[in-house]
Amino acid sequence: MDEITGGGFPKGRPTLICGEAGCGKTLLSLEFIVRGAIDYDESGVFIAFEEKPEELAMNVASIGFDLKKLQKDNRIKLDYVHIDRSEIEETGEYDLEGLFIRLGYAIDSIGAKRVVLDTIENLFSGLTNQGILRAELRRLFQWLKEKGVTAIITGERGEGQSLTRQGLEEYVSDCVILLDHRVINQISTRRLRIIKYRGSVHGTNEYPFMIDEDGISVLPVTSLILEKDVSTERISSGIPSLDKMLDGKGFFRGSSILVSGTAGTGKTSIAACFANAACERKERCLFFAFEESPNQIIRNMRSIDMDLQKHVNAGLLELHAARPTLQGLEQHLVVIHKQIKRFKPQVVVLDPITNLISVGSVGEVKAMLVRLIDFLMEEQITVMFTALTLNTVVSEQTDEGVSSLVDAWLLVRDIEFNGERNRGMYIMKSRGMKHSNQVREFVITDKGIDLVEVYLGPDGVLTGSAREAQKLHEQTGLALRSNALTMKDREINRKRKVLEAQIANLKTEFESVEEELNKVYIEEELIKKVTGDNREQILKMRQGEGAPDNKKGKKK
Amino acid sequence: MSKSYKYELRLYIAGNTPKSTTALTNLQKYCEEHLHGEYKIEVIDLLVQPQLAEGDQIFAIPTLVRKVPEPIRKIIGDLSNEEKVLVGLDIRPVTMQQ
Repeated sequence: MDEITGGGFPKGRPTLICGEAGCGKTLLSLEFIVRGAIDYDESGVFIAFEEKPEELAMNVASIGFDLKKLQKDNRIKLDYVHIDRSEIEETGEYDLEGLFIRLGYAIDSIGAKRVVLDTIENLFSGLTNQGILRAELRRLFQWLKEKGVTAIITGERGEGQSLTRQGLEEYVSDCVILLDHRVINQISTRRLRIIKYRGSVHGTNEYPFMIDEDGISVLPVTSLILEKDVSTERISSGIPSLDKMLDGKGFFRGSSILVSGTAGTGKTSIAACFANAACERKERCLFFAFEESPNQIIRNMRSIDMDLQKHVNAGLLELHAARPTLQGLEQHLVVIHKQIKRFKPQVVVLDPITNLISVGSVGEVKAMLVRLIDFLMEEQITVMFTALTLNTVVSEQTDEGVSSLVDAWLLVRDIEFNGERNRGMYIMKSRGMKHSNQVREFVITDKGIDLVEVYLGPDGVLTGSAREAQKLHEQTGLALRSNALTMKDREINRKRKVLEAQIANLKTEFESVEEELNKVYIEEELIKKVTGDNREQILKMRQGEGAPDNKKGKKK
Repeated sequence: MSKSYKYELRLYIAGNTPKSTTALTNLQKYCEEHLHGEYKIEVIDLLVQPQLAEGDQIFAIPTLVRKVPEPIRKIIGDLSNEEKVLVGLDIRPVTMQQ
């Protein structure tokens, strides 16, 4: 609240809060008083024209304010001004000095710095002389300013364009805040808008706010700056094979991840896996479920061997389930904000965001998600959304058009083939990292989630049992081939053996031939020699003793 | 003070403003005229006793409160219109009654 008014209500000046019945005017002003008393040590006076102090105390006790105690401590003074038309008769001139005196007395008695008049317009219904009333009110505001108290005046919203029924905004011109309680699609959203604020830079948008057990909370529609720290740290998706597709490391911390897919493709399982991985790393995780109850999720995840209960028990995981139609989008956002601020998780899961569409229009959902992502990025929280895409949607756009906002987008889709449905997953985008461009088959087993490489064969991409069949087929082929190979090998061996045998045979044959040839040769030599010898002997015998030298030399 | 009057009136004023004095004189005049001897007027100056304003739910000045008889009636203003004051106080002029 202070953020959008640029520092809170104008000090020492009156502020007008107007709005329709039941939009929280009284509560807002009362919270202003109570917070002032508790947090800033400024006591306050609450003048009620509508409700009695006891009623007020009772009403706000439900949101945790203990008015009685504060009253006893003289921090707050509740005053009830009862105006009953039937008891009052007007005659002649009068003024509201009595009110002034009461107010002045109340302020002085506790040294109040803050004053609330709720709802001053009741004066108009009780009194008929409007001329006097208006003049007196103007005097009242002037007087309040002089007193230096910060005042809040509440007023009912008037018919048509006027901000208040009686045109109070004419008098209280320093700051005007309009509260609005709108019902769109059967869901009410409270909104707040600062119409006018002199001397202050204020947000002019409509800001949704909500009332819950902690009082009022307002949150800005968009954060003004787009400057966030970025982390280069990577965190695992909880599915090792998916991490492998993402450059082997997983997502960046503080990034936003969208998992989209048709019904029953296992989006929630992926999200739960992610949450589980975060808890395993001893990080805190918040899981917002818009479809299933926490117990349902825990039970369902047990079927894929994931025990979320132990993380819940360890206080690492918190599951929040709420039907989207429970409250308006803005309220959802506020609730998420609050839970995140309280629990301080490192990982947040929203499952699924598409359900939110039942509460608001596409534009609104998108605006909400932008704000949520902005907020989460600022807090360095990694967020995973799941989104349901319809089969009829041909384009790969998610309904909310958040795809451009997120950092990583996983698409899980059905692949219908051969009379069965299988899940295929691929990464549509992943900013700032190398990622696989392949379609993986995504299988959910008793052991958890795994990604299997799809079979890319001559018949195209095969998944599921077709892939298994193809694998089997291949294996058979392999076996057959190897069998054939061994047979051939053996034959070659045999051939070789035969040949070798033949070679040996030939060799021996050759040897015998060689021997034979050798024999002939030696015989011839021998014959030659013998005949030579013989001839010499014959010669010798013919010549007698002649030329023995010759013979000797020749012999040598 | 123990004597109970048929009419107990309380006039709240704040200081000695013309309106207050007008109211007081008007009131005294009417009472003398219509409720002779049966009334009691208490004048409270809120500037002196501001804490009393809460009790009778006073916001306008001057205010005339009829404490007795019940129910409590309030008349605000300087009481310049005699008929309205009398109707407001539930006192009918004697002439009308007869």
